[in-house]
Amino acid sequence: MDHFTPLTAGLGGVLIGLSATLLWLVNGRTAGISSIFGGIVPVHRGEVPWRLLFLLGLPIGAWLGAEYGPAIFAEIPTALPSVDIGPAALVGAGLLVGIGTRISRGCTSGHGICGLSRLSKRSFVAVGTFMATAALTVFVMRHVI
Amino acid sequence: MRRPFAYLGAALAAGIVFGLGLALSRMTDPQKIKDFLDFAAIPTGGWDPSLAFVMGGGVLVAFVGLRLHRLFRRPLAADAFQHGGRTELDVPLVAGAAIFGVGWGLAGFCPGPAIAALSLIPDQVWLFVAAMVAGSWIAGEVMERGGSGAVPVGLRTADAAAE
Repeated sequence: MDHFTPLTAGLGGVLIGLSATLLWLVNGRTAGISSIFGGIVPVHRGEVPWRLLFLLGLPIGAWLGAEYGPAIFAEIPTALPSVDIGPAALVGAGLLVGIGTRISRGCTSGHGICGLSRLSKRSFVAVGTFMATAALTVFVMRHVI
Repeated sequence: MRRPFAYLGAALAAGIVFGLGLALSRMTDPQKIKDFLDFAAIPTGGWDPSLAFVMGGGVLVAFVGLRLHRLFRRPLAADAFQHGGRTELDVPLVAGAAIFGVGWGLAGFCPGPAIAALSLIPDQVWLFVAAMVAGSWIAGEVMERGGSGAVPVGLRTADAAAE
């Protein structure tokens, strides 16, 4: 199981938890990605700039991690991630993720990290549900088709 | 917002730290996500439990962090702590989460990692992000009009009462 990376996984999780804490204590907001981009349209005055800045920070932080991470942690490979499905499937999956997170009001960050931390009953149900359908989808893709 | 500079600065900083956490834990790699979701690989030793450690680390810190507001009257740069505070378990919650899970399993991307990966593999992931934003917008519009049955029951009652 050489691809199991507990050290960087735990560290990354801690950083995500710190990010959620920062946004909560300074701005009074929940770090739920789907809600942050979902709240940009329709445009409410004062609601757009902080959302755009947070979302802009994601690729900046990811770039920093990919650029300097491999030199610090042996667990992190220098190779960039790759996508294994075609453009049409990517669009279909993106639509499902956008629609689903909007209807259930949260994704892996809002329901996952923040909701579970708040011991929200809704979030426990959401996480159990999306974990189950995601696992089922991967099972079908990898072992059935 | 009481302190615009701190408010916007904290939003950007939180985004950067979040993205850094995603990249270091390699949640930006769809193969790694799928290796976690592939529970059928447990007996053969091919399963990657890393994602559980990311969630665990995040929840441990946030469990404390999201309770620290008790120490403050209000956020450091804003007027109030804003939180939905919903408690009802309804059909949209389960149906939406189920739909999200299928898309997540298919691509190996959920919203945060997909947006973060825009700086790593933009030529592929932009399609996913564009579709995701469109899907969210469409679902929001449909729910707003209440025509889909996707509006939470409690809200619909409140709307009816208000009319």
